[in-house]
Amino acid sequence: MITQAPRIVTSRVGLADSFTLERYLATGGYEGLRKALTMAPAEVAAEVNKASLLGRGGAGFPAGRKWSMLRKAATTYLVVNGDESEPATFKDHMLIESDPHQIIEGTAIAAYATGVALAFIYCRGEFALGLERLQQACNEAYAFGALGAGVLGSDYSLDVVIHPGAGAYICGEETALLESLEGKRGFPRIKPPFFPAAVGLYGEPTVVNNVETVSNMPWIVTHGGDAFAALGEGSSRGTRLFALSGRVEHPGWFEVEMSKATFRDLIYDPSLGGGIPGGKALRAFIPGGVSAPWFGPAELDLGLNQDVVGQAGSMLGSGSVVVMDSDTCPVRAAWRVTQFFHRESCGQCTPCREGSGWIEKIMHRLEQGLGREEDIDLVLDACDNISPGLSWPPRQTTICVFGPSIPSAVVSVAKMFRDELLMHVKEGGCPFPKDTLHRG
Amino acid sequence: MSSRLSSDNRAKAEAIVACYPQRRSALIPLCHLAQAQDGWLTPEAMEEIAEILGCTPAEVRGTASFYDMLHLEPVGRHVVTVCTNIACMLAGAYEVLDHAEARLGISVGQTTADGEFTLEEAECLAGCDKAPCVQVNHRFFGPLDTDGFDRLTDELRSGRLADTVPAHGTLSRVDRSVGLPGRQASDGSIPTGGPATPTTQAVS
Repeated sequence: MITQAPRIVTSRVGLADSFTLERYLATGGYEGLRKALTMAPAEVAAEVNKASLLGRGGAGFPAGRKWSMLRKAATTYLVVNGDESEPATFKDHMLIESDPHQIIEGTAIAAYATGVALAFIYCRGEFALGLERLQQACNEAYAFGALGAGVLGSDYSLDVVIHPGAGAYICGEETALLESLEGKRGFPRIKPPFFPAAVGLYGEPTVVNNVETVSNMPWIVTHGGDAFAALGEGSSRGTRLFALSGRVEHPGWFEVEMSKATFRDLIYDPSLGGGIPGGKALRAFIPGGVSAPWFGPAELDLGLNQDVVGQAGSMLGSGSVVVMDSDTCPVRAAWRVTQFFHRESCGQCTPCREGSGWIEKIMHRLEQGLGREEDIDLVLDACDNISPGLSWPPRQTTICVFGPSIPSAVVSVAKMFRDELLMHVKEGGCPFPKDTLHRG
Repeated sequence: MSSRLSSDNRAKAEAIVACYPQRRSALIPLCHLAQAQDGWLTPEAMEEIAEILGCTPAEVRGTASFYDMLHLEPVGRHVVTVCTNIACMLAGAYEVLDHAEARLGISVGQTTADGEFTLEEAECLAGCDKAPCVQVNHRFFGPLDTDGFDRLTDELRSGRLADTVPAHGTLSRVDRSVGLPGRQASDGSIPTGGPATPTTQAVS
């Protein structure tokens, strides 16, 4: 444990019955909603504003401000985004399976604060157990009176519908998510309008919040926005879930106080990642999902703070950190990331649809040792067609930010590991050990 | 194999439709319902879903074909998906995938001759703390090495995992227990949901 910060969203995780209504009620469950209902909706929103909670989905937009942008209309919706699909991100998956009532309560608080009467929780389709736990919790919440007509005896009524996805990364993009929820292909919508808060589900104003974001609501209402903002510092307050994977002793999720811990703490602290197996050296790490530019050993002491990471040229993104050690072939890792983008491109925009395939093919041939030195410039040129200038934050030529996320891994390898790229060309093959299973 | 929805499933379909302000929103849930019944999404099921939603079969197919989980061709009793994305790759997932192909005697995308297994390669399944991870009919297993893969497929073949791994297509075995107030007809007739009108896509 790096700091003494409380576990805000994972207080029940690890208990065998953490997902049941009995356990939830025995550990303060629905008390945040009960308190919220004694306040005016604007007062609830004011607490979330005071908390300075940044959205936990990936873009890091202030949650309170998102709510305040909701266009006034007779019908408005709340959609909770549980379509977690960014590679190496698995914290929402855990929250959905471990504490579904916390998500329902957070959804109800968010809906009350924004004046919404119908909310949807869009859960990634592959999370079959999560869908069962969420539906069970939803049924129990209705029976308990926390959902439905007259929530907890108040005159506020709310319905919540659990909606399954069907397997498409792009549906995590909020306008694609809304298209999918309308029963269509998950095609991101053309902007403007930029925000679903103006034009969202069925064309009505819609708040879209991430699962972890709403999971913070019960604690924020119960303890107050100031208590949340007292944790962390600068732009990044409270705690946040980090998903750690790759070459570490203890892959897993960790709830960490923002800004106070560093990447080094996350990867090496015995209570967190526990270091790299075999004491091997760190080659690189991805700080916030595969859409993020990579960091090397020099960035290990950066704090887990959105602005700090942004100024260093990457992003905290979805909160997933992938560790590569000295045995990891960075070219192969980057190739696999580009293959992911090629497979998941929705196909609407030519630079992304065609470019992702070109980039994947060039990276594959480089990794296989079949490439030429000029391929490095060629692949960067293909990246430049999607995101002109290859700067950070990226420029874009596509409807959504999927396209400009493709170059991150490629540009990182070209910048950080040019020698390793050239070794592949010169040796006519990959000079690194094959990835193999760790047999314990 | 019945390709029309059973009367039970037809009633479930109507209850699902009633959860949404617009019927078309029920498209994906109904595709899952049909796939749970038949193991895959048959052309007849897509026609029936179109009837229920008030859209065309082409609109159902056009949507369903976008999504990886919806199978428009028959699959085996157990759809085994091996994740090879970065976190699983770093933990040796390609070794598992190569082994799976050899063990089952099929390539990715194929089904064994006895109809027992379909093998797929998946993008990240959000099980990276248990890398390399595998799903069977969307139930998680991991971390898995090659011996673990053999044990898993033996158990599946013998039927010993029938409780934890339901038939392909089954997602939530928990149904919604309450309808939405205001959307249920007072005479107890089948709820109808919202209008079947097309929605407008916002453009500038």
